[in-house]
Amino acid sequence: MNLKQLLNPQANQKYFMLGNEAAVRGVLESGVSLAATYPGTPSSEIGDILYRISNDANIYFEFSSNEKVAVEVASSAASTGLRTFSFMKHVGVNVASDSLMSSAYIGVEGSLLLLIADDPSTFSSQNEQDTRHFARQANIPIFEPSNPQEIKDYIHYAYDVSDKYNIPVIVRTTTRVSHMRGIVTTDSYTKNTINTGEFSDEGLHVPVPEAARVMHKNLVEKIDQIRMLSDESPLNQLFDNGSSFGVIASGGAYNYVADIINQYDLNVNLLKIGFSHPYPEMLVKKFLEDNEEVLVVEEVDPINEIETLAIAGKYNINVKIHGKRDGTLSEIFEYTPDIIYDALNNLLNFDESNKTVNDASSIKLPSRPATLCAGCPHRASYYAARQAINSLNLDVESIHPSDIGCYTLGIAPPYKMANYLMSMGASVGTSCGFSKSTQKQPIISFIGDSTFFHAGIPPLINAVHNKTKFTLVILDNRITAMTGGQTNPGIPVDGMGNDAPAISIEAIVKSIGIDFVETLNPLDVNNMIEVYKRALKHDGVSVIIAKYPCNLIHKKEIRSRKHHILVDDDKCIHCNKCLEQFACPSIKLVDGKIVMDHSCIKCDVCIDVCPVNAIYRGQ
Amino acid sequence: MAYNIYICGIGGQGIIKTSIVIGETALNTGKNVVMSEIHGMSQRGGVVSTELKIGDDYSPIIPKGASDLILAFEPIEALRALEKSSKDTVLVVNTKKVLPATINQQDVDYPDIDEVLDELKSKFSKVYAINANKIALKAGHPLSMNMAMVGAATAISSFPLDKDDVIETMKNNLPKKSIEINLKAFEDGYNRCKN
Repeated sequence: MNLKQLLNPQANQKYFMLGNEAAVRGVLESGVSLAATYPGTPSSEIGDILYRISNDANIYFEFSSNEKVAVEVASSAASTGLRTFSFMKHVGVNVASDSLMSSAYIGVEGSLLLLIADDPSTFSSQNEQDTRHFARQANIPIFEPSNPQEIKDYIHYAYDVSDKYNIPVIVRTTTRVSHMRGIVTTDSYTKNTINTGEFSDEGLHVPVPEAARVMHKNLVEKIDQIRMLSDESPLNQLFDNGSSFGVIASGGAYNYVADIINQYDLNVNLLKIGFSHPYPEMLVKKFLEDNEEVLVVEEVDPINEIETLAIAGKYNINVKIHGKRDGTLSEIFEYTPDIIYDALNNLLNFDESNKTVNDASSIKLPSRPATLCAGCPHRASYYAARQAINSLNLDVESIHPSDIGCYTLGIAPPYKMANYLMSMGASVGTSCGFSKSTQKQPIISFIGDSTFFHAGIPPLINAVHNKTKFTLVILDNRITAMTGGQTNPGIPVDGMGNDAPAISIEAIVKSIGIDFVETLNPLDVNNMIEVYKRALKHDGVSVIIAKYPCNLIHKKEIRSRKHHILVDDDKCIHCNKCLEQFACPSIKLVDGKIVMDHSCIKCDVCIDVCPVNAIYRGQ
Repeated sequence: MAYNIYICGIGGQGIIKTSIVIGETALNTGKNVVMSEIHGMSQRGGVVSTELKIGDDYSPIIPKGASDLILAFEPIEALRALEKSSKDTVLVVNTKKVLPATINQQDVDYPDIDEVLDELKSKFSKVYAINANKIALKAGHPLSMNMAMVGAATAISSFPLDKDDVIETMKNNLPKKSIEINLKAFEDGYNRCKN
């Protein structure tokens, strides 16, 4: 489908939609007025689409500086009566959680929906945390769609709940649901006409202790009412086949269960949970009473399972409950059709045939790990840092706190420029800790431009105020690259493609009182090595801003480079410095000779790396 | 049972576009279709794969051994996909090798291409080996390689979509200025695998 089709006003149109496209269609059909996010895979395509269509859809959209700000923008706007939307990856909720907790207490005049994309098996994340815990902690209803059509339809339903009970709601997806394509039938869509609401200070909006006690009581009462709704909700579907064996399944994992039941014509009862907090207690109670054995299938943590066990205990129901707690299924990684087949077959013994699967290859295969692109400015920054560190001839390890972005790939040899990583912005905070707890070990830490705006500034203030000593490299590649190239506050363009004030990283750093601040072009590697050496000697916090655009955003300039990088075999001394220390993927050793392959974008850095000028610009 | 297609290769080869063309053709001809794609790190030289199921399945993930057809855009990526295949699986493989970006930092060399093809022939009931990059160049642009692969897939007798329907979807999905080249690559890929 093309993006224009997302704005088709007609109902009953069928499109082959990505889960994230279906999410956009869902919020458009629901009449959303405002959306805010910080990009994070597997939810980032939602922002990429809104960036391109928000003007046509007449909605306000922003890439906020972080997820907490995004939730604050969407919550306060919803308090003026608007219908608003925020979305993020699972770990973004950690950042947003402080305000999300209060948003539930304060409630909304209009409606607020958060789409949170979990990442079982950590395809692009640092952990496998399960957002459904947050729904319980904050007392927010949560919905678990299994496919793109359900993402769209559940968004309608969830907004109705938010509207009726004045409470924020969460739609939880996983990578396999957000990045699944399927046929989606549209409902009608009309272009948004509401861009302003009005804030009224009637009611409680300020959770000072006295008010917070009342607000918490109100919230719990709301959830009790919504629990009854969950029991009767069409999103919780019972397929009763008169069996004594039942399966309770949700989210992407439901699909595997349904396929196996169909393929093997299994006689089992099936309860599909789409509305999972508040958990449909009466519905599950009846299901447990009607079955002798029940398997609970969900990704990642045993949350519905523990709810189910609690219901069995509360009503003293004699039923055997299988799932993660008894080891039938695993608490780690996403599920697959094979994992669910094995679990069901172990319990029900329906299939004795041996599946025929080809054995693995007997040929040893080289791996194909993600790597910094040819010509990536981060490679130059890492090469220079490694050269500077090596020149110190240390008898201790150097410490390299890193951060979340493409540049985390600097962990790989030969650079090895990431050896401690926590979360967005943590490169700076952890450098403070290392500074206070180590003596001789030099600290060079790395953070990207977008990550610096996201969560890097408060710890840098901490670093100066508490008199720490380390070198922070801000890898300013003028874009939020890892998630596909979104704008950030350092770019003179906002989330709707309009002109916007660009915030100066250098001005921020200087304003904190840091007296060693050097902004440089990392492609000038020999200069950068010298700057590193000076920075390492600096007594205090030193900041190097390595400023050069990501390949993704200056393709035109790259295409205009007409020269070639050539190697003079007579001059080459086969020291392999370019190959083994700079390690650009364009540089290859073929028949004993160094050559540049077609992936070279002529960044020219290897010319400076070569100690004997054997690499040169030619036509 | 759905018809399961596993498509694998490397970031930048047009694998997701290929999968969308096949998926939309299924939709346009009244068939149900689900698909899974993995985004994220793939842009940086990593492996890309998609899984397509044409039929009434809910899950887009192909069980082990259950692919009806594998489209491998690169020879060793076909070997990496063996777990998704059985002796009954048909393979269409692009014989043009792509060295991993980090090959110089690894202990394992890229294997001999004839050895790779022999291994593939021993694993699959039918192997269609084509140099899709060459076909694309001949058609007029290297980026039409993925449509050469779609053409080859369309020629497989078990493939559940008709050639004319696939061409119709291509016309709706690809830029007007490059459609002629893409159709040429498609036809060439098709003809090499028909019969």
